Amino acid sequence: MTLSLQELAGRFSQLCPPAQAQEVDYAARGFHLDALVQPGQVVAAAELLDQCGFALDTITGMDWLEAGEMEVVYDYFHPQAATRAAVRARLPRREPEIPTIGAVFPGANWHERETHDFFGIRFLGHPDLTPLLLPEDADFHPLRKDFAP
Amino acid sequence: MSLAEPIRLLLFLAGILGFVALNAAYLVWVERKGAGRFQRRPGPTEVGYAGLLQPLADGLKLLSKQLIVPPGADGVLFRLAPLMVMAPAMMCLAVIPFSETLVARDLNVGLVMVFAFGSINVLALLLGGWASRNKYAIISAARVVSQDVAYEIPMLLAVITVMMVTGTLNLGEIVQQQEGGCWRWNLFRLEANPLMPVTFLIFYICMLAETNRAPFDMAEAESELVAGAFTEYAGMGFGVFFMAEYANIAVGCCLAAVLFLGGWQSPIGVFPGLFWFLLKVYLLVFSVIWVRWTFPRTQFYGLLNLSWKILIPLSLFTLVLTSAAMKVW
Amino acid sequence: MSANAYIAADSGTGETFVLNLGPQHPATHGVLRVKLTMDGEYIRRAEPVCGYIHRMHEKMGENRTWAQFLPNTSRIDYLSAMAYTQAYVARVERAARLAVPPRAEYIRVITCELNRISSHLVWFGAFLLDLGGFTPLLYAFDDREKILDLLEAITGSRLTYCYYRFGGLCNDVDKDFIEGSRAFVAHMRPRLELYRKLVTDNIILRKRLEGIGPISAQMCRRYGATGPVIRGSGVAYDVRKVEPYSAYPEFDFDIPVFKEGDCMARYLVRMEEIRQSLRIVEQALDRLPEGPVMAEKVPRTLKIPPGDYCFAVEAARGRFAVRLVSDGTDTPYRVKLRTPSFSNLSLFEEASRDMMLPDALALMGSLDLVIPDIDR
Repeated sequence: MTLSLQELAGRFSQLCPPAQAQEVDYAARGFHLDALVQPGQVVAAAELLDQCGFALDTITGMDWLEAGEMEVVYDYFHPQAATRAAVRARLPRREPEIPTIGAVFPGANWHERETHDFFGIRFLGHPDLTPLLLPEDADFHPLRKDFAP
Repeated sequence: MSLAEPIRLLLFLAGILGFVALNAAYLVWVERKGAGRFQRRPGPTEVGYAGLLQPLADGLKLLSKQLIVPPGADGVLFRLAPLMVMAPAMMCLAVIPFSETLVARDLNVGLVMVFAFGSINVLALLLGGWASRNKYAIISAARVVSQDVAYEIPMLLAVITVMMVTGTLNLGEIVQQQEGGCWRWNLFRLEANPLMPVTFLIFYICMLAETNRAPFDMAEAESELVAGAFTEYAGMGFGVFFMAEYANIAVGCCLAAVLFLGGWQSPIGVFPGLFWFLLKVYLLVFSVIWVRWTFPRTQFYGLLNLSWKILIPLSLFTLVLTSAAMKVW
Repeated sequence: MSANAYIAADSGTGETFVLNLGPQHPATHGVLRVKLTMDGEYIRRAEPVCGYIHRMHEKMGENRTWAQFLPNTSRIDYLSAMAYTQAYVARVERAARLAVPPRAEYIRVITCELNRISSHLVWFGAFLLDLGGFTPLLYAFDDREKILDLLEAITGSRLTYCYYRFGGLCNDVDKDFIEGSRAFVAHMRPRLELYRKLVTDNIILRKRLEGIGPISAQMCRRYGATGPVIRGSGVAYDVRKVEPYSAYPEFDFDIPVFKEGDCMARYLVRMEEIRQSLRIVEQALDRLPEGPVMAEKVPRTLKIPPGDYCFAVEAARGRFAVRLVSDGTDTPYRVKLRTPSFSNLSLFEEASRDMMLPDALALMGSLDLVIPDIDR
């Protein structure tokens, strides 16, 4: 990666609307860059990181029950530059929808299916959101905080 | 007709059936012990001394299982396939000379008969795979047909080469031509065919491929097709296929011994002919087993390429070379 | 040379059928189902269906305290259990600011590398089994038994170890382990030579693996494939070098990288990795410091400050990363496990298009999948 961390953070703020990206203490937290973006900007963020040569690590969700929000966290790592970036997007809990980044990173296909399985977050534009790990006819989302079996 | 001839034929029939049954059962034992030793473990040791009763135990187990015919399978063909696999092996043994006097039927076209019946093996596997109505079995049946057809050709060319050298199709006479010591075996008749060892090698490889033994066991590729054409067979149906595979190996090795290694001719003239014949056959069988447990499997197209692009040109070349050499000398 | 050199891949009849490489199959290394849409012998579409061994470790993480989750970490990828426990333990230690004594770090490295060797030996045997060579499995397992005996003596388990604790190890190693490990290193090096002569240089194996299943570095990056998959495609990415952890910066070892990207490259990467792991074990044994193996003053109920934390290690299959979210209580709020086999398998659909079945199985074997690792 030819950009430094500050430049990369600066690129995030050039997205429209600007996203806040800050450097993080790697020794304490384990990653270098943390960016909070709007749900509609995740594809642009993914394209930005793809151009910088990042690889997709994982996509996961978080359920913040008290705040009434769900969060999708995209983790990226750079194979050469030892940099890890986390991109987050917050979604309203009742209608969690976010565009898919499968066009930029094909590996996102499975990660998004798994996140949908566990949280019920819908990824718009995903070709096949059938359950990946849960049974095919599962209609429950186990990792939600209000899940009761 | 006197009474001696039918009695003789009956005795030979019983003898051949016994030989095939014993081989089928105990070659399994040799394979399992051999596999065990190659893999640094003992193999079967529990049943009987050194596991010698293991084949009997396996046979009893297979006999006691239900013969399942899958629904939708073609009942007649499904049941016919195991029989068709076993029968040719037995029939081929009728013309193989075990010693000077031990041959069931000394036919003048013995060699042709062996190959005619050997081809039925392919048909039986195709029927078994097709009639099972199982996708794995059908893929395996298709592979078996292409593989066996591809390897029949160089095998026949190699055998024609030998036939040109010996001038006869009678297996008994072929063996008798090789008397007088090791250097008289067909393998070393380099004045007639300078590439005779190559012909032997081609024959050996084709024999491995015809009997679907590793590294040419694409048809039964366990890690891909579960059990290939035999997937749907349970109990003794599977047992018969299994035994037939070993019977075919025995027939192939008998043929190799007769054609190339002098049959029952002994190099030092001490023991009876039968002993030398069986020694040669079982050394070849051991090498077949050894090869199986040593090498991985080739890819299917690699296998077919070996036959069509390498073995057939090579065997054609040796054929031409032999005819040229025989013309000259 | 691939099949395409001989038969054009689009010469099929156009009539496809669906073959289930079912959950029970000798080649799928566990309960994985692959729905193959095939045209004759060519695969038009391969759709892996996983979830047959999904145990929901991530939910279990939310219902247990930090220490109670430790055994779970070994059961995600049972063949490489030490590295997975290492990731989780190291992350919690850093967040709770526990100082791990150097002897414990060295022993962690030794046990992780021994585990890596035993995992690669299992892969070696199983891969050859897929290709039809039945014998190397038993030779590899013979060597692996020596490692399992060593690790059993100090941890008590043969496979799913739970040896690390927050702050160090649960017990120290003894002289037998150190001498046994040295003896194993001396025994294994000539064995690798034997494997090279008998297996790697075998012409049938070379024809089976060379040029088969090419995966480009770009594809690895886009799918997040790591470990020997990405190192076989020319990218020198190894978490132990790029994001060093534990005592790895003190050892001298190389990262094997091969550029071809085919099954043979991935095979050679793993064989070479065994050699490099032996180097690391030897150096660690030579320099093993004395001292305690447990930190002082580890709280009985561990709590870590609220926030989210990440940690990655190089497991035998690739990059294993854990993302922990804590809300300050004694149970995690969220445990996210990023497993290498999941990402490695996700590229199978695209990589196996228009391949023949035996080649696709060779590709799947070379990805080195452990199905519980995919399904968690």
